[in-house]
Amino acid sequence: MKVRVTVNGVAHEREVEPRLLLSDFLRHEIGLTGTHVGCEHGVCGACTILWDGEPARACLAFAVQAEGHDIRTVESLAPAPGQLNALQQAFQDSHALQCGYCTPGILMTMTAFLAENPKPSEEEVRHALSGNLCRCTGYQHIVDAVLLAAERGA
Amino acid sequence: MTHSFGKPLTRNEDPRLLRGEALFVDDVELPGLLHVAFLRSPHAHARLLSVDLTAARARSGVIAAYAAEDLGDYWKPGPLLVPPPPVPGMVFHQCCQVPLVKDKARHVGEPVAMVVAESRYIAEDALADIVVEWEVLDAVGDLEAALQPGSPLVHDHLGVNVAARVHQHRGDYTAAAKAAALVVKRRFTYDRGASIPMETRGVVAQWDPRADRLTVWDTTQAPVVIRNGLAAMLGLSERQVRVVAPNIGGGFGPKMMMFYPEEVLVPWAAMRLGRPVKWIEDRLEHFFATTHERSQIHDAEIALDASGRILGVKDVFLHDNGAYDPYGLTLPLNSQCTLLGCYLVPAYDSVFTAVFTNRTLVTPYRGAGRQHGVFVMERLLDIAARELGLDRNEIRRRNFIPADAFPYDQGVIYQDFSRLSYDSGNYAPILEKALDAIGYDRFVQETQPKARAEGRALGIGVVCYVEGTGIGPYEGAKIQVQGSGKVSLATGIGSQGQGHATAFAQVVAEQLGVDIRDVEVTTGDTDQFYWGVGTFASRGAVVAGSATHEAAKVVRQKILKTAARHFECAEEDLVLADGKVHVVGVPDHSITLGALAGLANPMRGAVTPGTEPGLEATSYFGPAGGATASGAHAMIVEVDPLTLRPTILDYVVVHDCGTVINPLILAGQIQGGVAQGIGNAFFEQLHWDEQGQLMNASLADYLLPTALDVPRMRLDHTVTPSPLNPLGVKGAGEAGAIPVGALFAQALEDALDLPAKGIEILEMPLSPSRLWEITNGG
Amino acid sequence: MKPAPFDWQAPETVEAALALKSVHGDGARFIAGGQSLVPAMNFRVAQPGVLIDLSRVAGLDSLAWSPDGSLRIGAMVRYRAIERDAEVARHLPLILEALAEVAHPQIRTRGTLGGNLCHADPASEMPAVMLALQARMEVRGPGGTRILPAADFFLGPLTTALAEDEMLAAIMVPPLPAGAGTAFLELARRRGDYAMMGVAAVLRRDGAGRCAEARLAFCSAGPTPMAAPGAAALLVGTALAAADIAAAAEAAKAEIEPMGSVQASPAYQRHLAGVLAARALTLAAERAA
Repeated sequence: MKVRVTVNGVAHEREVEPRLLLSDFLRHEIGLTGTHVGCEHGVCGACTILWDGEPARACLAFAVQAEGHDIRTVESLAPAPGQLNALQQAFQDSHALQCGYCTPGILMTMTAFLAENPKPSEEEVRHALSGNLCRCTGYQHIVDAVLLAAERGA
Repeated sequence: MTHSFGKPLTRNEDPRLLRGEALFVDDVELPGLLHVAFLRSPHAHARLLSVDLTAARARSGVIAAYAAEDLGDYWKPGPLLVPPPPVPGMVFHQCCQVPLVKDKARHVGEPVAMVVAESRYIAEDALADIVVEWEVLDAVGDLEAALQPGSPLVHDHLGVNVAARVHQHRGDYTAAAKAAALVVKRRFTYDRGASIPMETRGVVAQWDPRADRLTVWDTTQAPVVIRNGLAAMLGLSERQVRVVAPNIGGGFGPKMMMFYPEEVLVPWAAMRLGRPVKWIEDRLEHFFATTHERSQIHDAEIALDASGRILGVKDVFLHDNGAYDPYGLTLPLNSQCTLLGCYLVPAYDSVFTAVFTNRTLVTPYRGAGRQHGVFVMERLLDIAARELGLDRNEIRRRNFIPADAFPYDQGVIYQDFSRLSYDSGNYAPILEKALDAIGYDRFVQETQPKARAEGRALGIGVVCYVEGTGIGPYEGAKIQVQGSGKVSLATGIGSQGQGHATAFAQVVAEQLGVDIRDVEVTTGDTDQFYWGVGTFASRGAVVAGSATHEAAKVVRQKILKTAARHFECAEEDLVLADGKVHVVGVPDHSITLGALAGLANPMRGAVTPGTEPGLEATSYFGPAGGATASGAHAMIVEVDPLTLRPTILDYVVVHDCGTVINPLILAGQIQGGVAQGIGNAFFEQLHWDEQGQLMNASLADYLLPTALDVPRMRLDHTVTPSPLNPLGVKGAGEAGAIPVGALFAQALEDALDLPAKGIEILEMPLSPSRLWEITNGG
Repeated sequence: MKPAPFDWQAPETVEAALALKSVHGDGARFIAGGQSLVPAMNFRVAQPGVLIDLSRVAGLDSLAWSPDGSLRIGAMVRYRAIERDAEVARHLPLILEALAEVAHPQIRTRGTLGGNLCHADPASEMPAVMLALQARMEVRGPGGTRILPAADFFLGPLTTALAEDEMLAAIMVPPLPAGAGTAFLELARRRGDYAMMGVAAVLRRDGAGRCAEARLAFCSAGPTPMAAPGAAALLVGTALAAADIAAAAEAAKAEIEPMGSVQASPAYQRHLAGVLAARALTLAAERAA
């Protein structure tokens, strides 16, 4: 069936099977492979995207459900090709990623979180992060990066 | 010249990862790409009577379906990756995994049939079409029951479930025990966990008949080994196979050169079908099909004199090998060797039996058997200290290998088959630093008594460990100055997040005087570098880093030689900095590395015989032995006295990994290791039922620690350079994870004042529920 | 982990949704937020032939307060909408306190209260909370509307009193008695996980400060959310002193039927029920005017 969805400000129209997961739609139909798939059961958070501005798991929605909605992925964050936005820059500055697989989901979760809570405490950052699993970093540098981005007014 | 070596520089690899541009295996899209799903055994142990693929093959969108018999001569057990060690009297039975089940399934999730279809969705649909007849057999799970006569057999032809038995000893333990003032004997158990990288495994293969070449994108930590193995299996020359390990979403061991069934079958299918084929492991498959680690049972004893000096240690342990043993004995050997720790152990008698069980294969996962050794030794010392009335730190101080005793030969054979010899170390200052940082004395004298008076259960733990790192045999590196002035570096190891593109760039930059952002590092592409072994055993920085250093030194000489000709001066009069060379004192008159690279590649005229073009060098490094890192972890924990849920209030790591290339990356490695250690100690455990079914195969039930479960860590370092490599570095990848189980046990006992109640923690992992059972007589 | 094929229907009225369900019977499932259903479909544990999406059905996504102070939560109201509603926070803080333990924001963005209740996972927080709040379920079927108390709605693990051709249209939460104090506490292995044990407590004092009314409901404590009326009854008439609360918490342990999981043995769960009930009752007693 036909689905029309806006991804990173661009309107897309595709013919899809109803069962196509939004994560697969973004990655393999639209070609936005920055959204990663880590569990396909809604726990790891690697596929977190913004759904009408709110963080959501792309693996727990069918593409057809996104009909008429506004989806944002990690590819939308950088202000221009080759650049980083303030949150991304804080991640590099703090060594907040190692393998980088969970990173896009964390960036999207934190983008929504900082929009709602621009000056969070460490405890609040850790709570907000707790729905995204990272296996490499032990989270400490991620927490540092989010606090740094907040301090810089990201 | 500005030095980059040793500086906490941010990473070269980050921008592309942060923008979502970096290539991972599942990002590979090719025209005509086909997708694979595997039918896997639902039984832990079952004879395969028949497989009927007729309906699956007939389904619309299915291109092919294969069972074992369809593989013909290609069906053969995988290679033995690590042969057994040269220990006299050793027993080893080689039973490597097979690509598809032929006679019987030996663990849940073992692949039985492979479906290739136009989409993964259709391939999964077709799995339901396959009709399989099984004769279900009793499963082998319990290590002790597996060795009893009459136990079901994982491999019938062996007649037993013994995979291996290795006895190593030095000194006379019996005499030591006889002379001892105290002998402590306990049983310790350590249960299964899994590495669970956030990216599962995956393979994409493309056969190009015009180029007569096969390209394989593989989530492997050892692309060169996989290239060589695939070439041999597929009847190709190595040069016809390119294996690319692009960005890998975490490895931690199980993505090594395993020759997993899927890794072997996907390239075969791509060649056979003439279309590119992709298989991406889903998380459910991952729990069954990617290797696990960690079940061991130790019956260990320690003999000490009245002052707490160790006279000897005896250990008899069982190691759960899972259903096949392609990785040989690396894990139990690591346990056997690492148990000796930082300590003088005059007499050591250790024998292990590796046991086949109807469970997923067991291969190295971060720490790789070392956790168990550290757990057993540190627990024995804790108990001995208590019985001798000694402070737990004092008993460690009294037994440390003294700083002047290095290199120190432990007299047993290590995982690299050489005698276990510690290259360098100085353990006492590490412990003192850790005690100081955690505020040990104050905690014991003030904080804890005050908390206890308030009904709060606070405890402290302090443990020490060593980690054998940086083993051989070798790695290599190729450095070229590009016409652009940038410097390329290629090495044969893969990278799974360790920051090689930065750390190795720092090694290059140190020699060539370039900005690290101008060093372009390629790891994990066999077309870029032909030789190598892989990323494991905390060896990347040590072995490939040293090879990089050696190559960079040669390129530096070539640069200076070319520049000396250009400036018509002596090499000694040249300054190499900021990507340029100038004559000392004349900085305005310089030549760029790019221009020098051009001069080094003349297009007309004649050259002196023996001249090699370009500013390029390839070097190899193979250490004489492994470098032994060491450290101490200390933690203060508060336990809810009723729910028994722990909260870590403070965590200190003091670590010695020799010379540090990049402290920022090192901190990340340590922090990530500790997080996995915390998971292994208190969150992560694979639960099996009697039939060998895994009960918690999801991320909702197998619990990776979250940002709320991993505390802020405070790190400090001591530096005892390794004499075994030119950089003086030791590995650091695994250290964070290794001592955490021992640390948790000690700190939880202390918090709940368990020894006073006659209760000891002798097992890992724990959970609130298990802790409640232990403290309530369970 | 890709779902099996299904047909997709996105009706715009309750009547159309019910008609589709009547036609397709138990081969069809309603999908609300999908945060429990989609993972089950990805694992292929659930393979409905038809999915009837309720997200476009008019009138299911509103929160409405009645003059008597009761709250009507449409079955498609997302968790995030509930947790951001200042009035809910003011009048029904128990819901907020429990919602904070429900998974993570990324799940609550899509997840709905109605979908959660219909999923009827006994480990889930909200069924226990609805039991403690004495919520009533507005059930729509071909024959019209019927109202079910929460206590009659949950029949077993993943089983509700909904007939095959019915749907949950709304949840009606009566106002808390004036001055009531509430508390929700749970212990999960990690924050956001299903609880090993969870408890919702509601207490009201009379003019003399004695307990006039008590309610206790547990999650992860049996095949359904489990009320502990016997334990609650013990509290009525007491001063809610520590000993009173301890006695009630102890009594509650006998009223539940924890089934155990890989995370917690039944004995430990029962122990936790006593610990958490005592703590929740203490908190609720402090909060009761």
